[in-house]
Parts: sequence; C-alpha cells; structure tokens
Amino acid sequence: MTSGNVVQPGSGAAQMYGTGGGREPANLGDILERVLDKGLVIAGDIQVNLLDIELLTIKLRLVIASLETAREVGINWWENDPWLSADAAGQSSQRELQIENRQLRRRVRELESGGQDED
Amino acid sequence: MRTDQAGIWLYAVADRLPAFRLAGLTGIRDVPLRALDAGRLTAVASDVQLSEFGEAALRRNLEDLDWLEGVARAHHRVVEALAERAPVVPMRLATVYTSEAAVTGMLAERAADLAEALRRISSCQEWGVKTYADPRQRAQHEADAADRPAGDAPARSGVAYLQRRRRELSEQRDSRQELTDSADLVHARLCDLALDWRLHPPQAPQLTGSTVQMVLNATYLLDECQAANFAAAVAVLGQEQSCLRLDLTGPWPPYSFAEVGDGSR
Repeated sequence: MTSGNVVQPGSGAAQMYGTGGGREPANLGDILERVLDKGLVIAGDIQVNLLDIELLTIKLRLVIASLETAREVGINWWENDPWLSADAAGQSSQRELQIENRQLRRRVRELESGGQDED
Repeated sequence: MRTDQAGIWLYAVADRLPAFRLAGLTGIRDVPLRALDAGRLTAVASDVQLSEFGEAALRRNLEDLDWLEGVARAHHRVVEALAERAPVVPMRLATVYTSEAAVTGMLAERAADLAEALRRISSCQEWGVKTYADPRQRAQHEADAADRPAGDAPARSGVAYLQRRRRELSEQRDSRQELTDSADLVHARLCDLALDWRLHPPQAPQLTGSTVQMVLNATYLLDECQAANFAAAVAVLGQEQSCLRLDLTGPWPPYSFAEVGDGSR
C-alpha cells in the first residue's frame, strides 16, 4: 500500500506519463482521501451518515497516524516535530535543564557536607 | 429477511455513456457494470448485496480497514477506467440505491447541477503534488551544527550552552519559515498552470511510509493538454527549492473537483 503512482520529479515525470498505460497502483492514502473526503456527495437510499464517514476518515488517520498528528493536520502539524518546532525543542531543552539542575543541587549538597556522599 | 436483496452502487455520472462502452468492465466483487440513463446523463453502477452493502453492514464494514481498502480500490479502478473513456463526475464512496427508479430519479432531479459539474471537468485531469521537507537538507543542517565551533565562551559553561540553544532555536525557526515560504512559492507557481486547486490535509508519515513530514498536500485541476507542462514545472521546482521534495501523482479522475451547486470557488 505504500507504493503509489508516484513520480519523483527529475526522474522523467513527463516522459513516464507521456507514454500512458502500465501505471503502478496508487497509494491507498491518496485513494482514500479522494474517495472518502472528495467525490460527489448525493444521498443514496442507503443512508450511511456522511458524518460517520467523516468520523471514519478521522479514525483512519488515527489508526494509521497518531492522535497528535491527526490533531495537527491543519497548518500547524509541524509543532510536534522537534527539528521544525522551537516549542517542542524548548520542551526538551527544559527537560535537559531540569536534569542539569538536579545534578548541580546534588553536587552542592555533597560539597556543603564536606565531600561526603549523602546519597 | 432482506439481507439477500440487491442494491445499486454508483461509481460516477457521465454525459450519455452508452452501455457497450462498459463492456468487459467489472466493479466491486467483479460484478459487471451497468449504465442507468436519464435524459443526457448516465449513472455507471453495479449490483451489490445489501447483506454486505446495506446500511448496517456498511457501517460495520467501513470500520474494517482491509474491507475498506478492497472496496476503495475497486471503486477507484472503475472510476479511473471510466475517466479514460469519457468525462465523469466521480461519486463519493458508498453511494448506494435500492432501485433503478431511485437512481434515474436522482439523475433527473440533479440534471442541471450534474451537467454543470461535467462541463467544468470535461477534458480535465486531476494531478496531486505532495510536498515534503527534504531529509537531505535536514541532515545538512545537523552536520553544520555539529561542525560549528562552540563560540567565545568555554565549551562547557552555561553561557556557551545558552548561546548554542538560542542559535539552534533561531535556526529551527528559520528553517521552518524557509519550508513554508518554499511550499507557498511552489503552490503559487503550480496554481498559475492549473484551472483550479484543492488542499488535502497533509498525510502523516505513517500513512505515506515516509519518515519525513509532508508540508503541503495539494491537488490541481488541469486542462489535459497542460499535463506535460505541469509535470515539467514540478520537476523544475523540485530542483530549485532545495529544502523540499515534491511527489507528483496522477492523472486522477477529478475526484477533488466533483462538487455540484455552489462547489466552485
């Protein structure tokens, strides 16, 4: 399901599609976002509530993705990527500082008690 | 018990597609396709068992990812085959009727909207462009950071640490801004070549099988004679914008542009 009719630009996209036929099966995610989220909505006789389908779509994203990612599928998805996110990086640096702080306090206690290890 | 009754699953609506042009095509569960006509419009459908595709069954089965994948792929395969034959308005998955009369009634009732949607997507293709943060760029950032001297202050001092943190955070903000700016530029250039566009939510890395984040998941409606130009433009933009990797998919049937009524922006 991960192989799609994906063309890496620079690897001859135009040529590949110019020849037609023999296309690889499309990526499931690309299909689902189109057949579930898009496509013409007309109420049939069998009423599967569209809200249910939309919930299902969200659920799919939860199954395949993570809750956090699904919450962030809007423009702020990168907030959770430590490489991209100053906030996420800030949280991890805070953790580092907390650890460093604890180590320093222990060291001070050791020095104040005349070099004896109290731990 | 009504569980063995037949339902009619709709794939797409076309402008008068004669039944002989569906010869050899099968739909979900390999059942032959049917053409249901009303006026100038044809709904392409196939019979399904209500025991599997009735309301309660659908509700249950749609929650099963393997079932959903099989049905979604079968639906897509039909819509794609139809789109190669004639302009079609694809239906959303799970549009099921219980009688031919209900289908033709719908076609008659929505005739004007459907004709307008068909006119809009005639001779058009949908092409998707997924934009990712380029992992090579990220590796380069990390290598640069590792090579950089620690600065004036002694390496292990608190001052040096804070200087390094501040620089890292500022670089992260810069690279995020660079990604956003580059993706915006790519989208703007591609919009110039397209008749219309839609944004899908970016897919999660787990869904794409990729370890890098998707920045933009856009899809474009093109005049079919623009397809080669568009692919070339994507290739050029992928070279120019070194912080991004672009994936082009298509041609798709115009799923994302199948709205009727007030759908057009």
